[in-house]
Amino acid sequence: MTVAEMLSTPTGHNVVHMPDDSAQSILCDHCKLPVPQGMIENEAEHQFCCNGCKSVWNVLHGAGLAGYYSVRDAIDPDAQRVSSTNGTYEELDDPSFQSTCVENLPGGLAQTDLLLEGMHCAACVWLIERLPTVLEGVVESRANIRRRTACVRYNPAEVKLSDVARALDRLGYAAHPARGAAAREARVKEDRKFLIRVGVAGAIAGNVMLLAIALHGGALEGMAETWKSTFRWYSMGLGVLSLLWPGRVFFIGALAALRTRVAHLDIPIALALAVGGIWGSYNTISGRGEIYFDSLAVLVFLLLVGRWIQHRQQRNASDHVELMLTLTPTSALKVNDDGSTSRVPIEAVELGMLVEIEAGGSIPADGIIETGETSLDTSFISGESRPIPARIGDTVVAGATNLRSPIRISVTAVGDSTRVGKLMHLVASASADKAPIVQFADRIAARFVLTVISLSIITLTYWSIVSGFATGIEYATALLIVTCPCALGLATPMAMSIAMGRAAKAGVLVKSASAIESMSKPAMMILDKTGTITMGQTRLVKYECDHQLLVMCASIEAHSNHPIARAIAESIDEADRLEATEINQTIGAGISGTVNTQTVEVGSPDYIGSRYPLDNQSQALVDSMIKDGLTPVVVYADHFGFGVLGIGDPIRDDAGESIRALQSVNWNLRLCSGDHPQIVASVAKEVGIENASGSVSPEAKADCVRDLQSNSDRSVVMVGDGVNDAAALAVADVGIAVHGGAEASLEAADIYLTKQGIAPLVALASLASHTMRTIHISLIFSVCYNAIAAILAMSGVINALIAAIIMPISSLTVVALSTRKWKG
Amino acid sequence: MERVNRVSVLLVMIPAALVLAGLGIFAFVIAAKRGQFDDLDTPALRAVFDEDDMLAKTKTTKDTDQDSVE
Repeated sequence: MTVAEMLSTPTGHNVVHMPDDSAQSILCDHCKLPVPQGMIENEAEHQFCCNGCKSVWNVLHGAGLAGYYSVRDAIDPDAQRVSSTNGTYEELDDPSFQSTCVENLPGGLAQTDLLLEGMHCAACVWLIERLPTVLEGVVESRANIRRRTACVRYNPAEVKLSDVARALDRLGYAAHPARGAAAREARVKEDRKFLIRVGVAGAIAGNVMLLAIALHGGALEGMAETWKSTFRWYSMGLGVLSLLWPGRVFFIGALAALRTRVAHLDIPIALALAVGGIWGSYNTISGRGEIYFDSLAVLVFLLLVGRWIQHRQQRNASDHVELMLTLTPTSALKVNDDGSTSRVPIEAVELGMLVEIEAGGSIPADGIIETGETSLDTSFISGESRPIPARIGDTVVAGATNLRSPIRISVTAVGDSTRVGKLMHLVASASADKAPIVQFADRIAARFVLTVISLSIITLTYWSIVSGFATGIEYATALLIVTCPCALGLATPMAMSIAMGRAAKAGVLVKSASAIESMSKPAMMILDKTGTITMGQTRLVKYECDHQLLVMCASIEAHSNHPIARAIAESIDEADRLEATEINQTIGAGISGTVNTQTVEVGSPDYIGSRYPLDNQSQALVDSMIKDGLTPVVVYADHFGFGVLGIGDPIRDDAGESIRALQSVNWNLRLCSGDHPQIVASVAKEVGIENASGSVSPEAKADCVRDLQSNSDRSVVMVGDGVNDAAALAVADVGIAVHGGAEASLEAADIYLTKQGIAPLVALASLASHTMRTIHISLIFSVCYNAIAAILAMSGVINALIAAIIMPISSLTVVALSTRKWKG
Repeated sequence: MERVNRVSVLLVMIPAALVLAGLGIFAFVIAAKRGQFDDLDTPALRAVFDEDDMLAKTKTTKDTDQDSVE
């Protein structure tokens, strides 16, 4: 084929690839995706797109579990099937690691929770629970679809944990042991206690209400004194039980709030419950006046329901974050004395140990390069988006990614003494120092208590003077009970949990309700650049040359694993690349090769310029790319002349639009990055942020957040993805970790985005202000109800029947209000 | 006095009702403590497919498998 022929076709696609049309229709037997040409085995009965799919298929058929496919197709024919990662998981067998995640059961069995990627439907559940038929030694496997975990019981004498993880992986579910078994045990117990309280409170409230209907009916129709008294005693027994068992939490909460001298909604609630309970009991014993046990029992039940719903919603969010946090233990490749390597858990890495890091691997400890030459991605700690070259004798930091070729390092610092370890200390102390946000409802609570107490003192004094002390107490008690902030206590959790559910649908996981409140008013938002506004990856951002030249250039670069070369190669589909021969690589400078009899040279402007002097136009292009913060690459071929490619970290598609949307609702946005100031400035200009600073160290980022907090009465929101943002995320009023962020940033953040890009932030801001408006409206309603009830109580008109009617109505109104529609 | 006699069945019925309610609460607490309400989503999916349907397609292999397990 000649160059002229090639040029005559616009794309070059059909000419080069010459696809076999029949090949396009061959689909993988496991995942139903097209099988790439290189993978097609003409003789084979079954075709697979990759070895991962092949191994899952083989395992399923070998174990007699092929029924999975029919079920799967019946439920969700379009769903993408997960394929095996073929990892070895041998690091799971280390005893020091197992002690954190494996529980030993009596009878020599062991039990562990494994978080599984890709579990999402009934067929997955079925398959995972058939693990014992696939792997001997596994006794039981129970799936939990909501948490995406499997609880596996196995016999450690017959099967190793790594075998279990490998078997699940071969079924297509990459397995990660869940850390902190003890903490989870405690959480499960707490969840159960919560549920028991709600259930018991409900049962008691129902029974007290039955008795109350008889009493209220009796009050209207007449009732024998004996029976009235019997019913009142039963009511008291149940009411006191409700206050002391499920209702106890309000007293505990109020005491804790009093002890720490913070306002909390539990205080007025506990006050009403206590006074109502005591006076009701006194009235029951003395046989006169109102008993309020029906109202009190319903109050306890409704308040607990609201809190339980919010608790569940928060638990959901933290469970999701937990899955993202629980990664397979970081392990290191230790180089033994005889030169062989073995995988050890990161805890076993010691000072002076020689450790090998494969290309693409992350560096387990700070150290000095002993052998090898590569480039490193240190963006997670410095924010610097460009790959950094590293040679023998250079220092490397733990957590950096080795991009190009294997290196061996001798370890100089491990664990807490590494740079990352010190940063994590900073995160921990910042999280501990952070003042909790006092929720709106709790801020109201302080004023609420004062108002109610002064009103009841007035009532008590007035009626004591007018018609005696007993009447005074009677009316004051009625006042306390009818003004109990039931509606308000229900409004906040209901509105918050509905907001959290809506946020989750929009791609935002909210770990704490107070974060929603802080986001409700336009505030300061500090955005990180690398990985937040930009993709955080090296890509071809723009090119100034013939497309055909780019294709040829990419075909040559495909033979190099330098990060810049990979960025160029990946800009063209693998199928569209041409065959390149006579590849000649000059490390750190350029590469040349022959494509379709054309010699093409690619390299840095200096390298190409030294061989073929650049013309003025190309030089100007190179200069403008440098000005834009891109790394210029020059390509030269005789037929085409020069071409200039700009390599950089491209801005996310939705960034500009989302930032404008936030600015239009008065958010004050800033850009704060560890990257080179020139690059930061160019990105800031591109997305329309005026206030941008570059070369900011992780520690300085946290200081920057603190400065803004002390200089402004608005709350400060930090958005970031990396370890370098973690301290700032922890310090900020609200820390938001973007999708794909580092583990550390997840732990420090209050909110986590589950979708790529920053568009969910816009939805979150609108949702937060909607939610707070809902809570304000509910508050106005409940204050109105309370005001009416208070006037009735103070004037002595109210009786237990009116109280029993007003309270549920106000609560129902508030619940209905909290489902108010959100247009997002 | 006659009025009390006519409704005196309540003397038995109310405690009986409360005892029943108590039994209900007791059963609920036991169930919750044993974790029956921990996971409300998976059991629903577990019931979707009959074991027989799923395994019919691969009966022969499954049979030998079960034999070896048992």
